Amino acid sequence: MKVGVVVFPGSNCDHDVYHAFSHVLDCEAMFLWHGDETIHGCDLIVLPGGFAYGDYLRAGALAALSPVMAAVRRHAREGGLVLGICNGFQVLLEAGLLPGAMRRNQGLRFLCQDVYLRVERNDLPFTSRLKVGQVLRLPIAHAEGNYEDAPERLDALEERRQVVFRYCAPDGSICAFDEELNPNGAARAIAGITNEHGNVLGLMPHPERSVEALLGNSDGLALLAGTAASLLPLGEARA
Amino acid sequence: MIQARVTVYPRREILDPQGKAIGDALSRLGFQGVVSVRAGKSFEIELDVAEVSGARRQLEDMCERLLANTVVEDYEIEILGEDGR
Repeated sequence: MKVGVVVFPGSNCDHDVYHAFSHVLDCEAMFLWHGDETIHGCDLIVLPGGFAYGDYLRAGALAALSPVMAAVRRHAREGGLVLGICNGFQVLLEAGLLPGAMRRNQGLRFLCQDVYLRVERNDLPFTSRLKVGQVLRLPIAHAEGNYEDAPERLDALEERRQVVFRYCAPDGSICAFDEELNPNGAARAIAGITNEHGNVLGLMPHPERSVEALLGNSDGLALLAGTAASLLPLGEARA
Repeated sequence: MIQARVTVYPRREILDPQGKAIGDALSRLGFQGVVSVRAGKSFEIELDVAEVSGARRQLEDMCERLLANTVVEDYEIEILGEDGR
């Protein structure tokens, strides 16, 4: 099982993701350069946070067209796992691997704070170590996390159970119009979604920044550990 | 050579927080009667193609595939002029 962390010019969470998988979870991990046309046989592709291509035009718009993304698209089409975090989520939206789009945060500010997230489903490889209704505290750091789509498309997203994480209160209750709980103003408090097949996940909060007691929070570990474990051959999954 | 301008702006039915903040600032400056502002982007594009119709088709394709995110943005294409070669 090999994790590939894509590095775009302007990525800045690539080493954090590499550290989480390689040093904390003891997985084989490597960096994938945006100009490469291959993912070098990696099983899990992670698009990290940052400001790929300086967020020129729109966050993720130019990164979505980089050579490595053609290989990532193929990997996703073949059912391979792709995880986009923050700017990586924006890239997945712009690449059309996930539906919808991001707008500026409702208060126009760059938000750097902890949020609470409710887990909406745990039948995905990514969420196999989480419980439905479980509340995670994870950091966000973004200016464009205000998820949006047409109402009928949001309805379809809900019907197909594609919403994986929602911003919530510490007790798990959801109030999409509460600026403290859903600070970027995302439609229906959506913080993370998957595609119809459940092999591509994008979320705005940063699980890789919350993987060790040293960092003051390890709520993100189960998400990354579950994702990695889902790729191990049966019988090899570590406890 | 054909010169064109592409304008991309947030869809009308979607709240544009940036436009709203600019509108509020204009009101604070004393401009009365500012009902709404939509903040967008403008691209001036020169195309080395002969036919306006072909240029328009290409520009539309550019908007759909890159210049606009049609989930949240609309676009307008204007042909500004044609130069003889």
